[in-house]
Amino acid sequence: MASVVLLLLAGCSQQPSLKRPPVKEVSKRQAAPDFALKDINGTTVHLSDYRGKVVLLDFWATWCGPCKMEIPWFMEFERKYKDRGFAVLGVSMDDDGWPTIKPFVKDIGMNYRVVLGNDQTGDLYGGIEALPTAFLIDREGRVAIEHVGLSSRREFEDGIENLLEAVAGDKRAAIN
Amino acid sequence: MVSRIYWKLLPATSALLLTNLVLAQTPALSVKPPVGVVVKKGATVDVKVMATLNEGFHLNSHTPTEDYLIPLSLKWEGPLQEVDVVYPKPQFEKYSFEEKPLSVLTGQFPLVTKFKAPASATVGPVTLNGKVRYQACNNNACFPPKTVPVTLTVQILP
Repeated sequence: MASVVLLLLAGCSQQPSLKRPPVKEVSKRQAAPDFALKDINGTTVHLSDYRGKVVLLDFWATWCGPCKMEIPWFMEFERKYKDRGFAVLGVSMDDDGWPTIKPFVKDIGMNYRVVLGNDQTGDLYGGIEALPTAFLIDREGRVAIEHVGLSSRREFEDGIENLLEAVAGDKRAAIN
Repeated sequence: MVSRIYWKLLPATSALLLTNLVLAQTPALSVKPPVGVVVKKGATVDVKVMATLNEGFHLNSHTPTEDYLIPLSLKWEGPLQEVDVVYPKPQFEKYSFEEKPLSVLTGQFPLVTKFKAPASATVGPVTLNGKVRYQACNNNACFPPKTVPVTLTVQILP
């Protein structure tokens, strides 16, 4: 009863609270839907191109302040973990398209790939209502973590390390 | 006894919880135009539309502090001339995701439009269709820009 009351109180709170789940168990992870979207150079990018890597799939927009706060973290993650089989893929949800996105990407100096998303892409991921929404995808292309709204840098980094380490651990176990 | 009450309350509390969670996580702006607006041919009239944003969210004012932010706007189409739109004075609020305070609006606020009826206007009722465009956020997430329609009926007098 107490837990129901607590949950109810949380739901009645006027301050929106967005849950941040931990890394899902492997058996509970679902395949990240594949898509084909154009990047800043007009090249078609499939999510499946990244199979074998840990991917941070970030839905964002130029008009989104919390997204702007996370982007420098993601740039650093791209630099720091790239050699360990990690990549960031940004999906911009800007309705205005590349004329708005290109100057933004240039100004910030984004060092990871950005593709132009749309409502269909958002629907594939359960309907992207709030930005930023980021999915951490394991090397087998399964969603391991979903972050809705601004998360902490530490939360992202812990998730990335966890997925990179898990693979290293699996390989060690297989060798032994 | 407590257990029986618990199970009876559970469906209702769960439904309320879900409703609250859903409502709390999505911004919604409602707009209410005035009724009984009249204006004489060749004269001007101020029309106040009341807008209400649900609690826990803010939207960018008409004059946001950063270039990348989408401003609040109200645009009309119809037989009256839109002379001016007066937006409310914004609040300057600090959010964790931005270094500087942002120029925002919260809760209920008026949007005042000054219309002019042409001297050649036909006497009788006319309809004006407005669009309020806004982009809202809460403390840790932002939501896609939305457009809310607003319909206004104005009686033109001789």
